[in-house]
Amino acid sequence: MRRILLLCWCLLAAAIINAQETFPVNGVADTRTRTYAFTNATIVKDAATTLNGATLLIRDGKIIGVGTSVSVPADAVVIDCRGKFIYPSFIDIYADYGIPAVQRQPGGFNFNAPVQFTSNQKGPFGWNQAIRSDVNAASLFAVDDAKAKQWRDMGFGTALVHQRDGIARGTGMVVTFANNRENFVVLKDKASAHYSFSKGASTQAYPGSLMGSIALLRQTYLDANWYKTNPSAEGINLTLKNWNDNQNLPQIFEANDKWNVVRADRIGDEFGVQYILKAGGNEYQRINEMLATKGTFILPLNFPQAMDVEDPNDARYVSLADMKHWEMAPANAAMFEKAGIPFCLTTSDLRDPKQFWANLRKAIDYGLSETKAFEALTSIPATVLGIYDRVGSIETGKIANFVITNGNIFNEKTSILQNWIQGEKYGVKEDMWMEIKGSYTLVVNTPGAPKTFTVDVKNNSTASVIGKDTLTGRFTYDGKQVKLNFPESKGSRNQIRLSGISNGTTWSGLGDDAAGNRFTWTAVYNKEIETKADSVRPKRKPELGKITYPFNGYGWEEMPKQETILIKNATVWTNEKEGKLLNTDVLVKNGKIAAVGKNLSEPGARIIDGTNMHLTPGIIDEHSHIAAASINEGGQSVTSEVRIADNLNPDDINIYRQLSGGVTSSHILHGSANTIGGQTQLIKLRWGGNAEMLKFEGAPGFIKFALGENVKRSSAQQNNRFPDTRMGVDQVLMDAFTRARDYEAAWKKYEDEKKKNTKAVAPRRDLELDALVEIINKRRFITCHSYVQSEITDMIRVAEKFGFTLNTFTHILEGYKVADKMKQHGSYASTFSDWWIYKMEVVDAIPYNATIMQRAGLTVAINSDDAEMARRLNQEAAKSVKYGGMSEEEALKMVTLNPAIMLHIEDKVGSIRVGKDADLVLWSDNPLSIYAMAMKTIVDGIVYYDREKDVQLRLQIAKERARLFSKMTGEKRMGMPTVPFAPTMEIMHTCSEHNHKHGLFVVDADQYTESSNQ
Amino acid sequence: MKRIIITTITLVFLFVQAIAQETVYPAKEYKGLIFITGGTVHVGNGQVLENTTIKINNGKIVEVGQNIPVPADGVKVFDAKGKHVYPGLILANSQLGLVEVNSVRATIDHTEVGVLNPNIRSIVAYNTDSKVINTLKANGILLANVVPQGGLLSGTSSVVQLDAWNWEDAAYDTDGRLHFYMPSLIARPNPFAAFLGTDSRPTSDVVKEGLNRIEEVKRFFREAKAYYAEAKHEKTNLKFEAVKNLFDKKQKLFIHCDMVKEILVAIDFVKEFGFDVVIVGGSESWQIADLLKENKIPVILSQQHSLPTTQDDDVDLPYKTAAILHKAGVVVVINDEDGQTRGRNLPFNAGTAAAYGMGKEPALTAITLNAAKVLGIDNRTGSIEVGKDANIVVSEGDILDMRTSIITLALIQGRQVSLENKQTQLYERYKSKYGLN
Repeated sequence: MRRILLLCWCLLAAAIINAQETFPVNGVADTRTRTYAFTNATIVKDAATTLNGATLLIRDGKIIGVGTSVSVPADAVVIDCRGKFIYPSFIDIYADYGIPAVQRQPGGFNFNAPVQFTSNQKGPFGWNQAIRSDVNAASLFAVDDAKAKQWRDMGFGTALVHQRDGIARGTGMVVTFANNRENFVVLKDKASAHYSFSKGASTQAYPGSLMGSIALLRQTYLDANWYKTNPSAEGINLTLKNWNDNQNLPQIFEANDKWNVVRADRIGDEFGVQYILKAGGNEYQRINEMLATKGTFILPLNFPQAMDVEDPNDARYVSLADMKHWEMAPANAAMFEKAGIPFCLTTSDLRDPKQFWANLRKAIDYGLSETKAFEALTSIPATVLGIYDRVGSIETGKIANFVITNGNIFNEKTSILQNWIQGEKYGVKEDMWMEIKGSYTLVVNTPGAPKTFTVDVKNNSTASVIGKDTLTGRFTYDGKQVKLNFPESKGSRNQIRLSGISNGTTWSGLGDDAAGNRFTWTAVYNKEIETKADSVRPKRKPELGKITYPFNGYGWEEMPKQETILIKNATVWTNEKEGKLLNTDVLVKNGKIAAVGKNLSEPGARIIDGTNMHLTPGIIDEHSHIAAASINEGGQSVTSEVRIADNLNPDDINIYRQLSGGVTSSHILHGSANTIGGQTQLIKLRWGGNAEMLKFEGAPGFIKFALGENVKRSSAQQNNRFPDTRMGVDQVLMDAFTRARDYEAAWKKYEDEKKKNTKAVAPRRDLELDALVEIINKRRFITCHSYVQSEITDMIRVAEKFGFTLNTFTHILEGYKVADKMKQHGSYASTFSDWWIYKMEVVDAIPYNATIMQRAGLTVAINSDDAEMARRLNQEAAKSVKYGGMSEEEALKMVTLNPAIMLHIEDKVGSIRVGKDADLVLWSDNPLSIYAMAMKTIVDGIVYYDREKDVQLRLQIAKERARLFSKMTGEKRMGMPTVPFAPTMEIMHTCSEHNHKHGLFVVDADQYTESSNQ
Repeated sequence: MKRIIITTITLVFLFVQAIAQETVYPAKEYKGLIFITGGTVHVGNGQVLENTTIKINNGKIVEVGQNIPVPADGVKVFDAKGKHVYPGLILANSQLGLVEVNSVRATIDHTEVGVLNPNIRSIVAYNTDSKVINTLKANGILLANVVPQGGLLSGTSSVVQLDAWNWEDAAYDTDGRLHFYMPSLIARPNPFAAFLGTDSRPTSDVVKEGLNRIEEVKRFFREAKAYYAEAKHEKTNLKFEAVKNLFDKKQKLFIHCDMVKEILVAIDFVKEFGFDVVIVGGSESWQIADLLKENKIPVILSQQHSLPTTQDDDVDLPYKTAAILHKAGVVVVINDEDGQTRGRNLPFNAGTAAAYGMGKEPALTAITLNAAKVLGIDNRTGSIEVGKDANIVVSEGDILDMRTSIITLALIQGRQVSLENKQTQLYERYKSKYGLN
């Protein structure tokens, strides 16, 4: 019996599934052409064209006619769609459908485990496990009808699917949500190529940072290009082969964040690729930058939920930025539309796919037009994927993918009735097909005389029965079956129970009563009933706060402008031979220092009274880790290919905090996880600017090196990464520069040969070695994290062997022991004032270090390496007055002019001289005093920090927080879902030297990276 | 050969002094009269006395005033004219002498295994030969409270004076404080969750767990109390015995916590057990300053030089916290727990508080007299007042400002202590190498 049942199911399944030529049929062939005509419908062909009273004709899964004068062929099944709307079904360009989730290592990635250096993927593939260009969605995809139904019910017919794992993710495939053999469901194999910054399930150490991911992408583009020359040194590398094969496909980049969008686009620009950018939801915060990418976006609709902020103790820890984002996120798509940026919409990232419609309507409430929403779900994704000739609109010749609704699809009251995919019907809310509402005449054939009632049906589950009295019955209608129970008379316990089938306007069936009589009944549609229109609350236009740059409490509503400023009557610390000038004026014009002198005047200038105040050049922090999304790429001992510039984070609140301490420029360094770290980025603290605006123009390139405990992974229990000793560190350096020298020679040889032989094959471009060649050729400079005298001396000797000068030793707490050698070599020194004994290699550190080195003739700077201490660098410099008796002017130079010299920017900043950049700080007191506060911090003639304005900002923050708290709690009271509050955490990057507490919600990034030294 | 030996001996003679901190000797006891004359005396209680002389006898301050006659012979006189005289600074919460190098596990002696360790005593592990100690003296810090960590009740702290041969010499006040590290009462999401591929929210109810653990501590105290009611014990419980002084008010309960909710729970310990409670940490305490005042709970602020708790906070909030508490009438102690500088910047943490609204003398009080009060040693030290130990430092200028904070003299119980340390010795050594002076 069971077997027969199973057989029946199989036969049924076979009937549904299209016959496939090569597949044998078990039984009798059942070939149908399936011609359907949908008549009298409102057909929305595309965003621009709507036909009323039109007919849609499909045959064999294709549209064969659409229009108002289509003649219906004889073999067509006619479906009357009067009052119905037909739309092309939606396309989800970022669907998580049909591809199995990648298994990650349980417990996540363990940074303290021994390092895995190369990919563990078996086969002729590339070296890095996160580059999975060999993956094809086709080899992973399986139809999953239960999941497909979720999409069908929302109105989707088509999707692009891919495996979401790795930095390069191989190809995606266009499929439909039909329940059919994969052979028929796939519309386009290899429809797209996918990328991200996340290494996903890769267990390999490299890359271990965002900038590492970016560097790996950059190198892979180069390697793939080189692979086209069939280099014998590489053998067969299917990863690179597939990478090349995939380049002609639409390139989709999962950025998931506004700055990652910019970062991805920058890589794209470098290699002539225009990515389609998968967004994360915060892109509206930088809409101009989004526009500048010229890309098409894929926008998710996952809006943050309101947090439960009723407990004021908890609520305090939710940042204004998080609350503002909660308020504004639903307006993301609307802002893209307003800015004219093309985008698709996706169900991706939703906590529950069922939220799709609610959130889409929310987006519409927040200003997204219905037309744009429609395009973003149909023609735009279809065009982007090159499948608009097949799906995305209702057009003769296209695939019969469409939905039938009972009204405007964007209307909240509308239901999707059916979703047709490849000419097959999938029911969604078919019970809504028939308008059941109305007054019916019910005849119950009870024994004796039939009874007649009037039944007023309001909707599928509400009806009242009117005889002598008006009786409330229990009523259900599911599109076919009707059930109605009602008392015989008002107040009676005796129920009449009816059940039957609807044939449209006539229902009939069987019933019984309390006495046990059984009888037939019929009901016939009589007339419409008057129902009071639901009182629709007019939707209020959502109230939104202002976008600020950056998107937090201390951001600007409008970026500040350069001013002509005249600072009067201050004590001016020039750092020039004039020294300290009393009662002096400084004029700032066009971002530069225009005049220094007494009794200056300038018509129209903003006058700042500097009486009893001190004016100094802006503070320059030679060693900082703020304003970056990642700092340490510890995956390998040599990572000169990574660049801090690739992952600047302009939103870091520490930019503002440091402006309040007089800092105007910061040298953002790679961490100290490895011997040859990454390329650094010098920035100016142009609070509110984007990554490009932060960069210090015209400054030469630097790179971070590190020696000693961190790079030999002293804290790791099982270090297997070379080097494990300072002897090994020396050899890492020797090896790297030797390879660089050979590499340079190979290129020179090639350049020469190319003149004679046009077919000469270029060597492989190696970005790691490129940077090292720049060092050898004195076009890039080193700042080297170092402590003890042995390693300092050795670093100098290595540099000498390769003919360059080690520019800066940073930290350098034993610099005083070898100051003479450093001086002789020509190095600069950048150090801490009084740190010591937090690790073995600093047990001999002394606070007199700076003074000794300075007196030994070195140019010395004091750096922070710490977001808190950077606010007090003036005081850190002052400690050399205490320890060793340095003069106050020399001490101030250690955080102004001297770092400018070692960064080769002393022609632009570092002193108060006519022509230099107007990077200035006005102090309330002697700048070396603990009582001095920065009153105004000026960068390029723009006042970026003003202590008086700061007071106003704080009042504004308090007001805005209060408004959002009450809005969030309001949502809770209205019964909207809320999530438990989550404090806003702050990630802090350091050189892993820290035992310095920063705050309750600050997490040291090094807790999660290999260089952790705690 | 002979010459070489002589040279070597000369070198040894020159350099032994200079390179080994082992030659920085604790000062010998001095019972005689000492005069510090003509300085600007910052009493520690807010008062400043110009051109004032301090008379010391047998290690105690016996007179403070102007026109005190100074005998011509047989006494030590330190001229402090033009200089500033302060009570010795007190580091109220530190792991001094319990750890040498943070990154080397073998040198760490501050954190014991276990949850309830009230019987642990920090003093027995205090290493008087730690190289850090002498660097603190050089900055005017003469006393420190040495505090154990680990678990919930981590043991008792002892105040040490920083010029001693061994821990018994160093002990200034032993075991007067029991330390309770309050479990966190806030769930912190993991900001690296996305990177690690995990859920960002903690899986368990951190607040509830924290409250349960606090209840565990309360139950311990309740049972301890019952234990004392019993005259004789068949089974002696060292842990209960260790907290008897707390009930007898001979010991204070130092509760380490920062958040408002945690501090509110701390007030519970006053209400239920009548303990003398001190908050250590207290970065968020400014929000409930009035409650702290009402319950007479002082606060030891861990570190002024810290970032604000939230990104929306006043950038300078940590710098202003001490002033806010002080103005509300809370007894405030300023501390320096910085792991890279190891407490030596205590005066500058106070200087920051002074700059951000507290004023200089109250900020000084926060590292002298208030610290002594809170530690329970104000009858002996913390201010320059008659009857107290002569724990005194003299600075070239304002001790709170690094520009002028140069210590020229330090007395502990009347002993003139060395201001040398490993770092000054290395300084001398390398000045010599480069011919600097």
